[in-house]
Amino acid sequence: MTWLKSLAYLVGLPLLLILIWWAATLGRPNFFFPAPGILMDTFGEVWFGERILSDVLPSLGRLLAGVAAAIGIGIAAGLLIGSVKWLRALLEPTLEFFRAVPPPVLVPVLMLLMGITDSMKVVVIISGCIWPVLLNTIEGVRAVDGVLSDSARTYGVAGWARVRYLVLPSASPQIMAGIRQCLSIGLILMVISEMFASSSGLGFTIVQFQRSFAIPEMWSGIIVLGLIGVAMSFIFQWTERRVLRWYHGQKEVENAG
Amino acid sequence: MLVNEKPAVKDQPMLSVRDLKKVYKTDGGDVEAVRNLTFDLRPGELACLVGPSGSGKTTLLKCISGLMAPTEGEVLLNGTRVVGPPKKMAVVFQEYGRSLFPWMRVRQNVELPLKNHGVPKAERDHLVDEALEAVGLAHVPHSYPWQLSGGMQQRVAIARAVAYQPEVLLMDEPFAAVDAQTRADLEDLIRTVWKKLRVTVLFVTHDIDESVYLGERVIILSSSPTVVQEDIIIDLPEDRDQLNTRALPRFTELRHHVYEQIQLAKKGHRPAAAVVS
Repeated sequence: MTWLKSLAYLVGLPLLLILIWWAATLGRPNFFFPAPGILMDTFGEVWFGERILSDVLPSLGRLLAGVAAAIGIGIAAGLLIGSVKWLRALLEPTLEFFRAVPPPVLVPVLMLLMGITDSMKVVVIISGCIWPVLLNTIEGVRAVDGVLSDSARTYGVAGWARVRYLVLPSASPQIMAGIRQCLSIGLILMVISEMFASSSGLGFTIVQFQRSFAIPEMWSGIIVLGLIGVAMSFIFQWTERRVLRWYHGQKEVENAG
Repeated sequence: MLVNEKPAVKDQPMLSVRDLKKVYKTDGGDVEAVRNLTFDLRPGELACLVGPSGSGKTTLLKCISGLMAPTEGEVLLNGTRVVGPPKKMAVVFQEYGRSLFPWMRVRQNVELPLKNHGVPKAERDHLVDEALEAVGLAHVPHSYPWQLSGGMQQRVAIARAVAYQPEVLLMDEPFAAVDAQTRADLEDLIRTVWKKLRVTVLFVTHDIDESVYLGERVIILSSSPTVVQEDIIIDLPEDRDQLNTRALPRFTELRHHVYEQIQLAKKGHRPAAAVVS
């Protein structure tokens, strides 16, 4: 019964929105806003064919590579910068500067430097995604509890063991918050990097549809992007619940007490 | 005289604090937390360190445990100078909620220091089982610390220290944050563990009753800047229990004496030796 209920909560609003949309387009065909039925047919035609291989998968691959690299580099660099005081003092102003630069403006520059390649697009994604992970990791590393740190020291937990058993888990709530932001930025940059110059990918295809007035096809592409976002969010939440089980449990106990 | 004199040290002391001085450099000038402390603990001794609040007890403990370098003087563990956290020492902190790893289960928390020092799995399991058994927590190895009550969390911290098999166990007001009944249980637990393992224990507290009930010896600190106000032997029977021991006339006498000394310390009275230096 409970899972039926949560399923109802899950799909309730989307179904309602589709219903309103259907009612609004009923009997009044509009070139720019196709009815749900038409869109549904187009969706199937457009995306369940070779486009999965030629556009969706390459886009997802680049997104995954970019996001994974951003998380990896962000955490590694964050651990280092957060642990070494002088390094932090040295780098923080510069990091703030680079963070403030909107990654889309880097696309033309990177195109010149790296050519119109997959690596260029991955680098664009990394350049935007890395900041929330990096800065959150630095904050998380700095916020390690003093007493816990002393406990670890008295038991000789130092070096890599300290990172593995103390610093990383202690910073994990902040790191996960950074990753959450990183994922949504990644999706945006994936599309943008493909809109400037590309011969394949979701962003490229959607712009092509727009320019050729293939309106239902364009909408269907936007829906694909939305669905990818939802899927990423679900995967993230599932992972987060597992990784931070202790954190949520502890918070619950604290709030109850 | 009511109180025995400090005994002459026969063999090499386990822990030796020599002319320890700690001055904090702050923006508002220097703060002298500890002026000059000297005392020895024999192997297997259970000593309580008691002093008025703000008498630099925590500072002293941090210097002894190697977490902080003293400004002057030195700490010797088994004859070796302490320059960082020594391997043969374990510390139990007051803040139990912040000294256990919240992302590890009870068992993992107790096991981590052993694992870190490369103790083989079989021996590790044995030590962890024994320690959890000793503190009465054998039934909750898979709980997270934050799922347990405050007293139980402190038991986990004690189990972790016990499993580590230290030569010296330092305790920094470990029961200051638990309720009175739990506290009595934990005091008895410390006596039991100490009698079983004969480890050298330095127990810091601000509670006079607790210091007399627990210790074989009580070191009274003066108010800041800190020196040793008095060092007394607690000649109560070795088997102690909350009801009978606390009802002994000798307990009351000792308690009175320590109380008086603390009051004197608060008023700024300093032992003759310290006034001269």
